[in-house]
Amino acid sequence: MHNSLTAAEQVNIARHPQRPNISDYIGALFTDFFEQKGDRLCGEDAAILGGVALYHSRPVTVIGTRKGKTLEENLKCNFGMPNPEGYRKALRLMKQAEKFRRPVFTFIDTSGAYPGLEAEARGQGEAIARNLMEMSGLTVPVIAVITGEGNSGGALALAVADRVLMLENAVYAILSPEGFASILWKDAQRRDEACGLMKLTAPDLLELGVIDDVIPEPEGGAHLAPAVAMRQVDRCLARHLAELDKESGKALAAARYQKFRRLGAPASQKEEG
Amino acid sequence: MNSIFAKRRARLLAMKAMRDNYIPGDRLITCPKCGQESERRLVAQGLSVCPKCGYHWPIGAYYRLSTILDPGSFRELHPRLSAGDPLRFPGYQEKLDAARRKTGLTEAVVTATGTIGGSRCVVGVLDSRFLMGSMSTTVGEKITLAIELAAKSRLPLILFAASGGARMQEGILSLMQMAKTSAALARFSDKGLLYISVLTDPTTGGVTASFASLGDIILAEPGALIGFAGPRVIQQTIGETLPEGFQQAEYQEAHGFVDAVVPREKLRETLCQLLRLHEKGGTHA
Repeated sequence: MHNSLTAAEQVNIARHPQRPNISDYIGALFTDFFEQKGDRLCGEDAAILGGVALYHSRPVTVIGTRKGKTLEENLKCNFGMPNPEGYRKALRLMKQAEKFRRPVFTFIDTSGAYPGLEAEARGQGEAIARNLMEMSGLTVPVIAVITGEGNSGGALALAVADRVLMLENAVYAILSPEGFASILWKDAQRRDEACGLMKLTAPDLLELGVIDDVIPEPEGGAHLAPAVAMRQVDRCLARHLAELDKESGKALAAARYQKFRRLGAPASQKEEG
Repeated sequence: MNSIFAKRRARLLAMKAMRDNYIPGDRLITCPKCGQESERRLVAQGLSVCPKCGYHWPIGAYYRLSTILDPGSFRELHPRLSAGDPLRFPGYQEKLDAARRKTGLTEAVVTATGTIGGSRCVVGVLDSRFLMGSMSTTVGEKITLAIELAAKSRLPLILFAASGGARMQEGILSLMQMAKTSAALARFSDKGLLYISVLTDPTTGGVTASFASLGDIILAEPGALIGFAGPRVIQQTIGETLPEGFQQAEYQEAHGFVDAVVPREKLRETLCQLLRLHEKGGTHA
């Protein structure tokens, strides 16, 4: 791995418009994909794509945020910023995966949940909270891959997984660096400084225990040699799935609980007296 | 013996509550909603509610507990568990020190056991005076410990939210507290136990998108701002002015996200009723 890039440069690669997206991953890693639309409550959200497919000839559920590559696609997918319907659709598909005992793969590349009036009116916060709660107890393997940028609760709502994997140049953070700088210093221009402090790169997050593995990318980023990147992702997914396959559904949920339970309770922070 | 300790606990909470219920300013204070002046003493005696228009001032955690718990029943959980600085974020220690001095709190949440109308329960209260009640790793940890204690002891759980969201200075680790607290609530709920979430001004961001929205029963204080994205961000995104009352407790009630908007003076009574209704569990086998 080559870590000579600054965190701010890493953010630029993570956001590169030609970086492989959910449709590319589905095309390269899965066969027989059948898209499932709608949350069965009130709507369909194109910012999240999901369905059932075959992975090395076994059925799995695949869910991912969708940005689109052309402007027209971007607009249709709301630039990859989901509304509550998207999260509720994702939850519906995950519960269905549990019913049919299929592993769940999620692919995450979003600047966050959409901060819109309608999204609020339909309970953006509740939709995300419900996903966090329900995902923690799923009794099938769940593997999340951060492929581009994974920001805020909008990314986490698809990432309460047994394994959280990250592409080498992807970033995963509490908020976009611009939003972070704007909240903390009331100055979005200090974005690069924020990038340096946020610990949003894959190696930093591996060290913090937030992610479980880093998937190497070809020199310069996945968009320069997508086929090579796909092979790396495939290898990593297959390896982790094989490990999870050995565990019972109950054991998976218990281990997933402990994985998130441990985060943010470092030994140095123990109670005095 | 027991009653001596109970009296001492009651006095301790009363003292902390008094400090919490202090509204700064001169003899008169101006209501930010109606703009009218009231005597500060009157407001403090009236649960920090504007006597003219009913505006609810945000209140401190200990004061909140003193208005909810039976006198002498308060026992604080993990009072010394205080914020760390896991990312060694520049300037964060100073901010924490200032918040501690200002509020007398060690973190933005106080958790406790106590009784309400004789029913034992576990209660957690976020305090918006401490770095906007933001959820740090320690806040997440204290809330999770409270949920786990309630699950283990089979007690009802009541959490009062008042938060601007996840704490920026602890970055991604703050974000992870959303998953941690929500997962703990899933286990708690599986045991058939009652969780009441009370949303107070403001409840936004990562707190709305985790434990605050997951109550079996969700109550809210009148006029409280409740939402995921803050109004300023939404306005910038959509480029329109937001409708009157947008994201307020009453709006959330009308949109199906809150069971009832309950004024502060009725809150203890309402909690007593809800605890009573759930005390015996269901009658169906």
